[in-house]
Amino acid sequence: MTAATIEAPAAGRPGPGETVRQTLSMAWRQMVRIKHNPFELVDLSLSPIMFLLLFVYVFGGQMAGSTSEYLQYVLGGLIAQNAIFLTMYTGTGINADLRKGVYDRFRSLPIARSAPLAGKIFADLFKQVWSIAIMLGLGLLMGFELRNVAGALLATVVVVVFALAISWVSVLMGVLADSEEKVQIYAFVVIMPLTFTSSAFVNVNTMPGVLRHWANVNPVTHLADAMRGLLSAGPIAQPLMWTAVWAAAILVVTAPLAMHAYRKKMV
Amino acid sequence: MSHHDPNGNAIEIEGLTKRFGDLVAVDDVDLTARTGTVLGLLGPNGAGKTTVVRMLATLSEPTAGTARVGGYDIVRHAPQVRSLIGLTGQFAGIDELLTGEENLRFIGRLLGMPTKDARARANELLAQFNLSDAADKPAKAYSGGMRRRLDLAASLVGRPRILFLDEPTTGLDPRARGELWGLVRDLVADGTTVLLTTQYLEEADQLAHEIVVIDRGKVIATGTPTQLKAKIGGQTLRIQPEDHDRLDDLRDLVAQRHPGLEPMVEAGAITIGVNDDNVMPALAADLRDRGIALTEFHLGLSSLDEVFLTLTGRRTETDEPENATEEPAT
Repeated sequence: MTAATIEAPAAGRPGPGETVRQTLSMAWRQMVRIKHNPFELVDLSLSPIMFLLLFVYVFGGQMAGSTSEYLQYVLGGLIAQNAIFLTMYTGTGINADLRKGVYDRFRSLPIARSAPLAGKIFADLFKQVWSIAIMLGLGLLMGFELRNVAGALLATVVVVVFALAISWVSVLMGVLADSEEKVQIYAFVVIMPLTFTSSAFVNVNTMPGVLRHWANVNPVTHLADAMRGLLSAGPIAQPLMWTAVWAAAILVVTAPLAMHAYRKKMV
Repeated sequence: MSHHDPNGNAIEIEGLTKRFGDLVAVDDVDLTARTGTVLGLLGPNGAGKTTVVRMLATLSEPTAGTARVGGYDIVRHAPQVRSLIGLTGQFAGIDELLTGEENLRFIGRLLGMPTKDARARANELLAQFNLSDAADKPAKAYSGGMRRRLDLAASLVGRPRILFLDEPTTGLDPRARGELWGLVRDLVADGTTVLLTTQYLEEADQLAHEIVVIDRGKVIATGTPTQLKAKIGGQTLRIQPEDHDRLDDLRDLVAQRHPGLEPMVEAGAITIGVNDDNVMPALAADLRDRGIALTEFHLGLSSLDEVFLTLTGRRTETDEPENATEEPAT
């Protein structure tokens, strides 16, 4: 016997416009979550505030001769480091949702496969902007001399774009790991050394040979240099270009891998 | 609105198999659900019920075999299948932080409804599921029954023609369970086809037009609830004397009058499996004659455990230990 084809709106695969709209709906849900749990934003603000105060007032004098000198140097680096650390939460969030089965309903709906993941990443970019605002605000209170407002806005865009790319690494880990703790450990073991072996906190010329060569190509160095250039002083064009190259490379490699792992996960 | 063939099948499964490594979770399952009916998939924990539903809902791909939902192949036409179905599972399908209304509005927006329509559909469902008073409370404040109703409502936002309910009442109290049954009956009355998985024979009996019993991934029995009950002799009579000391008299009486029935004593009552409609009235008369006063004299459906014992000759493996020890060895 053949099954009757039920004449309901049996739509096919969603097109690009629909995918974008569905991604925005997913992001909307994340925003409503923040509205109901505003403490998340306080939680999100603590670590950047602590890092900024500790680095500047504890290390500043030793590092740059004065805390105000070091603040000029390190703020861009700290913003870069914090942005990369923040992307970890995208992975842990997706991991928790996958294990709890939150995504099962999404996957049974006639929506794009990528919408739940992309929506989460997109919503987490709001947290990035929030953190940058906190750090810039505190930095200004501490006496940071901003190059100009346009630089601050462009810096925000650059950090958000870079975070967007590196979020897919976090998503990949979130999909592959069997627990949130494993995502955290992996992120810690990768992100901590990655951000410290860069120009984020110190001049790379003080590092020994091999490490210096690595630090010179490290994407975090380019991002931190771009931040510094845009917010404070120094070259802008070249670090910006390398940041863009790295972001594109990371995105092109990890986004398809993460989507592939996510599809495989449903078997 | 649609003019599909009423004799058609909304769900058709042939040779459906799913392996996880060495484990065969679903083993060569065939089944069909006629459009507009409820198909009950009955089995213990770990029987493969959820795996079947996950494949039909396009969450998981079969290792072998085919399945068509609304006429569409679940692998080749997964997007079309998704546009026809609704899924309510044992999983966290609702967002605890969002209010009931936001949860439903979110699904509506996701499905492409304009904000105004999504809001209207959310309110319509909240009213239908008796959740309007709790519409603006976060879902984490909901009771178990309210949560299941919200979850069911969420699966209905897009007006699916075919609904998968994966153990929709597990863990609910009898009252909440009854409410959910009523909602399912309303949906079926409106023409929705339902595939329901359950561990409760009573639930399958109450809701399903056709029951498929599965065990260890295999179909072990198929039929209407009446056919199945006839096959498994599925009723249990429970008799509790008012005076506990008369329990032995009671057992002796039953053993003497109905030698084949093997009464078992448990928790101050005796239970007997009965196939014959005359046993109950006959026993009632005997008890009256002996002057044994009763607090309970109840004929109910056999438990899933008893069904399984009849069909497979063994107990369900995941049953609670205290249930297993109450029963006599066979």
